[in-house]
Amino acid sequence: MSNLMTGAAMVFRTLEDQGVRHIFGYPGGAVLPIYDELKNHKKIKHILVRHEQGAGHAAEGYARSSGKPGVLLVTSGPGATNTVTALTDAYMDSVPIVCLTGQVPTHLIGTDAFQECDTTGITRPCTKHNWLVKDIKELSLILHKAFDVAMTGRPGPVLVDIPKDIQFQKGRYVRPKKIINKSTKNNIEINGKDNDIKAVATLIKKSFKPILYTGGGVINSGLAATRLLRELVSLTGFPITSTLQGLGAFPGNNPQFLGMLGMHGTYEANNAMHDCDLMINIGARFDDRITGKIDDFSPRSKKVHIDIDPSSINKNVAVDLAVIGDVKIVLGKLVSLLKQNGSDFANSNRQKITAWWNEIENWRKKNSLSFVNSGKIIKPQFAVQRLYELTKAQDTFITTEVGQHQMWAAQHYKFDKPNRWMTSGGLGTMGFGLPAAIGVQVANPEKLVIDIAGEASVLMTMQEMSTAVQYELPIKIFILNNRYMGMVRQWQELLHEKNYSESYIAALPDFVKLAEAYGCVGIRANKPEELDRKIEQMLSINGPVIFDCVVDKAENCYPMILSGKPHNQMLLGKKEDKVSNKGKILV
Amino acid sequence: MVKSAYSFATKKEKIEKHIFIVWVDNEAGVLARVVGLFSGRGYNIDSLAVAEVDRSNNISRITISTSGTPKVLQQIKLQLGKLVPVHKVADFPQNKKTLMREMALLKVVSSRSHLEKAKKLCKKHKYAIIDRTGKSYVFEVSASKNEIDNLIKKLQPLGLASASRTGVVAMTKGSEIYKQY
Ligand SMILES: Cc1ncc(C[n+]2csc(CCOP(=O)(O)OP(=O)(O)O)c2C)c(N)n1
Ligand SMILES: [Mg+2]
Repeated sequence: MSNLMTGAAMVFRTLEDQGVRHIFGYPGGAVLPIYDELKNHKKIKHILVRHEQGAGHAAEGYARSSGKPGVLLVTSGPGATNTVTALTDAYMDSVPIVCLTGQVPTHLIGTDAFQECDTTGITRPCTKHNWLVKDIKELSLILHKAFDVAMTGRPGPVLVDIPKDIQFQKGRYVRPKKIINKSTKNNIEINGKDNDIKAVATLIKKSFKPILYTGGGVINSGLAATRLLRELVSLTGFPITSTLQGLGAFPGNNPQFLGMLGMHGTYEANNAMHDCDLMINIGARFDDRITGKIDDFSPRSKKVHIDIDPSSINKNVAVDLAVIGDVKIVLGKLVSLLKQNGSDFANSNRQKITAWWNEIENWRKKNSLSFVNSGKIIKPQFAVQRLYELTKAQDTFITTEVGQHQMWAAQHYKFDKPNRWMTSGGLGTMGFGLPAAIGVQVANPEKLVIDIAGEASVLMTMQEMSTAVQYELPIKIFILNNRYMGMVRQWQELLHEKNYSESYIAALPDFVKLAEAYGCVGIRANKPEELDRKIEQMLSINGPVIFDCVVDKAENCYPMILSGKPHNQMLLGKKEDKVSNKGKILV
Repeated sequence: MVKSAYSFATKKEKIEKHIFIVWVDNEAGVLARVVGLFSGRGYNIDSLAVAEVDRSNNISRITISTSGTPKVLQQIKLQLGKLVPVHKVADFPQNKKTLMREMALLKVVSSRSHLEKAKKLCKKHKYAIIDRTGKSYVFEVSASKNEIDNLIKKLQPLGLASASRTGVVAMTKGSEIYKQY
């Protein structure tokens, strides 16, 4: 077969060679040649979204739940600008997606042509890299390179902008044998230097109050990394906590797991972070929602940071020892080093940290995730707990929107596998969860996929229900409907004298009727006693469902670290926890 | 009163001046990526000079003079290193170990006597007169940034009409070189 083909055909040939099976997209003038070519490529299924932001989040959900890159295809101008939120979201949360945009023909670039915009200019700060293809000779190489950049090192979004004339032109398709990327070219060690790893092992042996603090980097590193993490935890007997993005890397109901840390993390996790003498950060980034007040962050600990991205080191928190490397490789070396140290290591180590575990157990007794349940009204935490109990027997994938419901989901839904939890952490994008669930369902057709949503967030991308119906994607949208932008209301209650400025949505749609309008099933639960039955009903439906779970309007999400506070001063949501004036200023 | 600002900067750290040399692929948009990184993350650029230095390998050398806390300077280096078209980043402290030069074209339009005074001032540096008329000189001066700053101050009362500067370029002293790319 000749390798001479049109640019449009080249796009598909690259996708096929990259093993891409699904693309999310929306057509328009500047990508028509590519859409025309689609019919010749039966191996690739196109999912027509209802808004390009949805295509971006769907690609993210696809990538995060499958470990493969997500691909989206959109037109120039408004098609491209509509993807910016999703690209930024993927950039912040290190999600590998490849965005293909059409562009006006090369001779019109710079003339303010119809639907022209400076796509590479606009997306430069929210992609790992982007390309404007000006020559058909470069197209296939750039496309392959785009996949390589998205997937190597710290993953992230990339964009290739393809002018319409290039899509028509014929050129030779080349598939590079080996892509020369930064790490291959500069011979950057991403394996972790042996001496550094030895030093970590020494610190581990010396420590009396250790903690492992793990993040999304463990999940990005792949299944081997999560396996090794479990081995490390059982070998050392150390307590482990996780960031929002890292949930699932370690089983949520294992006794060594202290729960999530940070602003809405558990009492035991945050206190252990504050009081430890050794903190080993694995694939997390000392985000401000984690550290709270930086000056008082874990004041007495030696800090180790294992990360694939050198620029993550010392960015927010100065560490004592940095190991640059891929988590699976570093942990592999570390675990085998610890194993070499004789079989009694595990035992002696466990004894050394008994006092520390006793302290942790005392913090645990606070039961910081507890809440006062009600017989009259559904408490949102209770709803998540019931959802968890009724779905934990299945391999369930959870996405979320952003707000209180997101934090309650993180606190009360326990994950025991990686790639099952997809939430917008870095950017905090309301409207992420529904389209992300679509992407997750496309990647995992037989699995249960639930978006734990807020009623405000879900309206931002609600139109994607139509996509779910079209492709018979049986996603479940479980709305914790508190009629408020709850997280905003909570901050206003605690920090702005209950001035609930514009955080109440007075004219919400009837979600059950809305579901019906989209051609799917709507279910509403008002009372605690009907919750289980209705959840069972939802689970029994083999199609998309919008579940309107009417919950307490006024519930707040605790525990909470008011920022400006160190980790060992948390609000637990009990009566005595009045916020001082000083605390208000600093949050 | 700021009520829900999440956190405030606390410690004041000392600011250092550094020069970063960045070897990049000479391709469309590369300068925008470098400059965008600085503006996007709030780093300073005091001056910037760029030109192709290796035609066969298509490599440009960007010299950025900047200032920041040690932590910020380290971030600048590492963030620059992550850009795809960047091959290598070198970090030169602005001190005696680093050679730093800037070139300026300075046009003075004035009376004969002022022009002669101006010439005298320029003579203290490596200079040339590259264009002259009865009432104007264009001087080419290469010197350190400070020297050029001072020279400009002194030339102003003598009729300095136009000044064009390259920004600092830099190199290490001695036989030592950076493996560039
Ligand atoms: C696109 C976007 N706009 C605004 C915000 C700020 N914000 C954070 S949470 C929130 C309220 C979310 O309300 P809802 O979806 O009902 O969730 P709840 O907190 O009530 O559970 C808002 C407005 C955001 N995160 N994203
Ligand atoms: Mg709400």
